[in-house]
Amino acid sequence: MGADLLLDVLKRAGAKGAREADGYLVEERSFSAVVRLGQVETVTHSQDQRLSLRVFVGRATAAASTSDLSRESLERLIDDATSLARVTAEDPLAGLPDPATLIGTVPDLDLVDRRGHDQTPEEKIAIARRAEEAALAVDPRITNSEGAEFVDRRSTYTYATSHGFSASYEASTFALTATPVASANGEMQRDTWYSTARKRARLDSPDEVGRTAAHRALRRLGARQVKTAEVPVVFDPETAASLVGAVASAASGPALYRGSSFLLNRLGQRVASPMVTIVDDGTRPGGLGSKPFDGEGLSVERRTVVGAGTLDSYLLDTYSARKLGLASTHHASRTGSGVGVATTNLALRPGDASPAELIRSVRSGFYVTELIGFGVSFVTGDYSRGAVGSWIENGELAYPVEEVTIAGNLLEMLDRVDGVGNDLVLRDVTSSPTVKVARMVVAGH
Amino acid sequence: MLPERFFSDRFALSPSLLDRVLGTALRGRVDDADIYLEYRVNEELLLEEGAVKKASRHVSQGAGVRAQSQTRTGYAHTDEISLPNLEEAARSARAIADRAAASGSVAVAPGRPSRDLYALDVPPIAADLTAKLDLLRRVDAEARAADPRVSQVIATLASEEVILYIATAAGWTAGDVRPLTRLNVTVIAEEGGTRELGTYGGGGRVPFDYFLDADRWRRFTGEAVRQAVLKLRAVGAPAGTMTVVLGPGWPGILLHEAVGHGLEGDFNRKGVSAFSGRLGQKVASELVSVVDDGTLPNRRGSLNIDDEGTPTGRNVLIEQGVLCGYMQDRLNARLMGMSATGNGRRESFAYPPMPRMTNTFMMAGQDAPEDIIRSVKRGLYAVAFGGGQVDITSGKFVFSASEAYLVEDGRIGAPVKGATLIGSGPEVLTRVSRVGHDLKLDEGIGTCGKDGQSVPVGVGLPTVRIDGVTVGGTQL
Repeated sequence: MGADLLLDVLKRAGAKGAREADGYLVEERSFSAVVRLGQVETVTHSQDQRLSLRVFVGRATAAASTSDLSRESLERLIDDATSLARVTAEDPLAGLPDPATLIGTVPDLDLVDRRGHDQTPEEKIAIARRAEEAALAVDPRITNSEGAEFVDRRSTYTYATSHGFSASYEASTFALTATPVASANGEMQRDTWYSTARKRARLDSPDEVGRTAAHRALRRLGARQVKTAEVPVVFDPETAASLVGAVASAASGPALYRGSSFLLNRLGQRVASPMVTIVDDGTRPGGLGSKPFDGEGLSVERRTVVGAGTLDSYLLDTYSARKLGLASTHHASRTGSGVGVATTNLALRPGDASPAELIRSVRSGFYVTELIGFGVSFVTGDYSRGAVGSWIENGELAYPVEEVTIAGNLLEMLDRVDGVGNDLVLRDVTSSPTVKVARMVVAGH
Repeated sequence: MLPERFFSDRFALSPSLLDRVLGTALRGRVDDADIYLEYRVNEELLLEEGAVKKASRHVSQGAGVRAQSQTRTGYAHTDEISLPNLEEAARSARAIADRAAASGSVAVAPGRPSRDLYALDVPPIAADLTAKLDLLRRVDAEARAADPRVSQVIATLASEEVILYIATAAGWTAGDVRPLTRLNVTVIAEEGGTRELGTYGGGGRVPFDYFLDADRWRRFTGEAVRQAVLKLRAVGAPAGTMTVVLGPGWPGILLHEAVGHGLEGDFNRKGVSAFSGRLGQKVASELVSVVDDGTLPNRRGSLNIDDEGTPTGRNVLIEQGVLCGYMQDRLNARLMGMSATGNGRRESFAYPPMPRMTNTFMMAGQDAPEDIIRSVKRGLYAVAFGGGQVDITSGKFVFSASEAYLVEDGRIGAPVKGATLIGSGPEVLTRVSRVGHDLKLDEGIGTCGKDGQSVPVGVGLPTVRIDGVTVGGTQL
C-alpha cells in the first residue's frame, strides 16, 4: 500500500516537471514504558509516518517531507519540492542511481518478530519492572533509580523511484534499559545498561540488564581524579565502539568531498595499526543494523572499511561517490533533509587477547568505561573527551577515576593500537572488543 | 493567525470538541490531562562548493494526549489529527494514569502573558526565497574573498514556524505561534596540507532581515573565517588543572552544563541530581547569580508560554552564590509542592514535556574584562565552544573549546587547539573569583538535548575567571 502511494506521488511529481524523483516512506508504531521505584512513570503509545520526496528538475535537486499523507498535503509536498528545485543550482552529478543497479529480489534478513509484539502493555511494563527490581536488589548501596524502560517498535520502510521501482521491508526493535543510582558517603553515581535486539527473545534477561547496570554504577563509587600523565589507555567495548564510529564518520562521503575529514586522500593507505580491521556488514540475518537495501534502493553488502590497518573503502551514497569519482558503496541513508550516509552493523574485528590480558599488560594506565562530550574533530582527528573508568596499577584495576580527560589525535591513536581483545559481542549497531592504545595524555590534577 | 482558528479550520477540531474528548475520557479520573496540537513547517537551504545545491521543506503535524495521576503519565500521540484518533489516544493515555488513584487536585489556569515576544510582520519561513538564496551566495563570496586559504564554505539557513494549541481537562486553553531562524557559516581553511574548520552563526525568533541588519551575515562570515585561519597556527593545548578565563556570550554553555541541567525539577524530584536537596545552600561564589529567563524578546530560547501553556518567566536559580530555585514543569511542580515556572518543554507532539532550560545566563559583575585577563599569571582564555555534556548525578560536566589561547603573565598568547574542559558542577562555580561587567548573550545557535529530545536554548555569560579547571590538552 505504501508503495502505491509513493509511486503515485512520484508520477505526479513527474507531471509537475521532475525529470526523475525518489521517495521514502517510514511508518512506525511504538510503545514505551518507564518504571521507576516500582511504579509506572510514563507509558507512551506512538504512531508515526513520514513520507520524504527528492526531485530532480533538470540537474537541480530539492527535497520535501510530510507526516500528513492526505491528498492535499501530498500535493503541497510535490509543489514544495519541485518549486525549490527550480531555484537551486544545477549540478551535473545530481541524480538517481542507474536503475539497472537497483536491488532485484529483496532478501529476507529475518528482521521481524511478529509474535514478539503480541504482549499486553502490562506484560511490557512487567519487563521494565523486573529489570529495575534486579538492579535495586544487587546491593544496599543502590539507593535510587532513574528507572527502567522497555520499548518495542515496528517499522515499515518503503522506497520507490520515478522509474517505477519499489521495494519495502519491515523491522522490529526491542530495547530494555535500566539506570540505577548508587550512593555512599554523600557521593552519588548513576550508570546505565541496556540490551537491544530485533527479536524479543534475544534481549538479555531483565535480571541481567538490571544487575549489570547496578554493578556499573557501584564500581564508580569512590571515584577520584588522577595526576596528569601520558599512559597506556584501555577502552572497554562500549567506549571502543565510539572510536570505531569516529572512523566511519571520517570515512563517509559527504565529509570527504567537503574536505572536512582526516581520512581525505588516504584510500589504500595505512591509517591504523595492523591489528585494526573494521567491517560493515548489513547482511547479517537478524542484525540490529541490517537492512536489505539502502536509502537509494541499492542492495546492502558486507564491506571492509579498514583491513589490517589499511583504509580499504570509503562509505558512499550515489552523489558523494560521483563527487569522488568512485562507485556508491550502498550506504545511503534517508535523513530529514535528503540523503546522507550511515553504517549498518559496524564492528572492529576481534583480536587474540582477553580483556584481562590487555589490562595485565599495563603497569600504570587508564581503563576507560565512559566518555562524555563532543571533543572530536573529524577535520583534523584532534581528540579530547571527558572520561570515567578505573586506574590500572601493576596490571590490576586499582580504583575508580572520574573528572579526567583523554586527549590525542585519532590517526595517532589508531596507529598506536597495540592490543585488540577477543571479546567482541555484537550488542549494538556499532560494536568493538576491548582496545588498547599504547599512550595518550590523561589530564587530571 | 490564531492557533485556535488554525486547528479548527484545518482539522475541524473546535475547542468545544477538544473539551468533549477531555471530558468524556479524562476529566475527574486523573490529576491533570491535556491535548497538545502542533503544526510545524521547516525549511533548510544549504550552500556548498559555491552553489545552493540542497533545499528542503518539511511539514509535520500531530497531537499528543496526556493524562497524569500522581507520578504516572500516560502519553499517546498520533500524526493524524482527527477526532477518532484523539479519542483513542485519550483512552490509551488514561489506561495508565487511571490505575493510580487521582489526588483530586486540578491544574489551575495560569495567567495569560500580555506580551508577544516574537510577533513578526513577515516570519522567516515566509520570507522571499530568492533573497535567502542570494544571502547564502553572498556569504560564500565574502568568505572566499576574506582569505585565500579558504577552501570550502558551507552555509545553511534554517527557518521554522510552529503553531501549537493546548486544551486542558481543567477547561482552559492556550496557543502560540513560534518563528525561528538560524544562519550558520562553516569554513575550511587549508595551508600546506593542514586543514582547519571554523564555524559561526546566529539567529533567533526574528525575521529574515535580521541577518541583513547591521551586516550581521558579514560579521558571522568573518568570524568563521577568522576562526579557521587562526587554528592553522594553533599549538597543542596544555593538559592539567589551571586558571581559566571564559570570554562573554556563548561560553555560558558552562552554566547550562555545570548547573542548569542539575536544577531541572525532574532530576530533583527524583533525588538523582548532584543539586538535590540543596535549596538555600551556597553552591557558588557570592559573585555568581544565575537566571533562566524565557521572556527575552526575539531570543532563540524564549517562549510566550511553555509547551504546557504556562507563561514563561524570569527564574532566579542562584542568587549571590545561594541556590534558590529549580526549573519546573507542571508534573514535577505538583509533586514537589512548588509552582510551575514555565519550563515545561518538548521537542514536538511526539514527546511528553519535561523541565528544560530557556535562556540561561550569569548576571554581570564589576570587573573590566581586560583586568580579569591581566590578573592571570598562567592559564587559558577560552572564547568559543562546541558542545558540552553533563552527568547530572555525579555532577561532572565537560565542554569543548573551539577557540582558546594561552595566557602568560596577564597577556593573551598563542592560540591552542580544541581542548575539553572538565569539572564538577557543584564545585566549579565556587571557584569563580572575578566576574566582568560585560554580560553578553549568545548569538542564537544553541540546541539542548535531553532524553533524546532537542529544544532551542540560549546562554549568556560575562567574562569570568575560574581558579582551577582541568584542561584536557595534549601538552604535558
